[in-house]
Amino acid sequence: MSTGLNDNELISRVLGGDQQAYAILIDRYKSYVFTLALRFTKNREDAEEVSQDIFIKAYRALADFRGASKFSTWLYTIVNTTCITFLRKKRLEVHSLDNEKVFEVADSQDSGLRANLVEQKSRIAMVNQAIALLSTDDAEIITLFYKAEQTLEEIAKVLGIESNAVKVRLHRARTRLKDKMQKHFAAEVNDLT
Amino acid sequence: MSEQLTIEERLWEYIDGMSTPEERTVIDRLIEADAAWRAKYSELLEVQQLMLSSELEEPSMRFTKNVMEEIALMHIAPATKTYINKKIIWGITIFFITMIIGFLVYGIGQVKWTSSGDAKFTIDVSNIDFSVMFNNTYLNAFMMMNMILGLFLLDRYLAKKRKKMHEEA
Repeated sequence: MSTGLNDNELISRVLGGDQQAYAILIDRYKSYVFTLALRFTKNREDAEEVSQDIFIKAYRALADFRGASKFSTWLYTIVNTTCITFLRKKRLEVHSLDNEKVFEVADSQDSGLRANLVEQKSRIAMVNQAIALLSTDDAEIITLFYKAEQTLEEIAKVLGIESNAVKVRLHRARTRLKDKMQKHFAAEVNDLT
Repeated sequence: MSEQLTIEERLWEYIDGMSTPEERTVIDRLIEADAAWRAKYSELLEVQQLMLSSELEEPSMRFTKNVMEEIALMHIAPATKTYINKKIIWGITIFFITMIIGFLVYGIGQVKWTSSGDAKFTIDVSNIDFSVMFNNTYLNAFMMMNMILGLFLLDRYLAKKRKKMHEEA
């Protein structure tokens, strides 16, 4: 398999009829897409189903990718819209940035997570669990910025908002994540650092 | 609190490498001289490192295979710009503009421009005979022409869509 090819070269091959080249793109982005989907669905089975749906949609619409942005940015736009549609279908509440109820709900899950964390003593697990305690909006923006390597401008494209709004939302999300870690995992943070 | 927020915002920009060179110099100095800034900086840096250390979640082992099996019988949809014909959009635009202009011309044509000299201008809606407006030969002809044009454009659009589908198949 030609794994040395960049995204645009792979897309050209897929558009030219080499369907197997799409498998390389899936392997390249499946973890990013799955992680983002998981931030929305909070459930691995649903995240897997939604992620598959995202890659299928992206394949069908591949001819519309004109290379004006990175393939990943274009793909995350599909992730965002598909996940929002999924949540609407499931009639789950998409919590706003200032909705504190989500934290109350998340806090109720905390005792189990905390017990688990003490056993694992893992920095990675702690951060992932702290992100899981955040609202969907906060978790998504943090994942896009830190894990999906998207710039503020690219995140703005994905979310369909202004870069300045992304900056503000990212700042708020980080503050909330910091508060979550201090509130729930303070002892573990001290042990790890 | 607001001052604290400003410190955090400025420090996050500094950590993200988004500050201007001048701002960086100022913050460098503040971190060096001010204990509160230094403490906040190390706290945020710790959060930053923790976030960078978080890992991506992995889907099931069969994930790629499942997607590839799903798309095996699928075709990539043609690019949107190829099936949204600009000529059709222009045709529809011209159709509506012609209708609006037609109505305006007709409406203006119905106005009696001569004034009786009486400044008092009163309209009695009950005295307006609407049947005259919609029972006019010219208006009927105009409406008929627009309908034919509309049907013609719709037929062209559907014929092109059908042709595209045949080509794909």
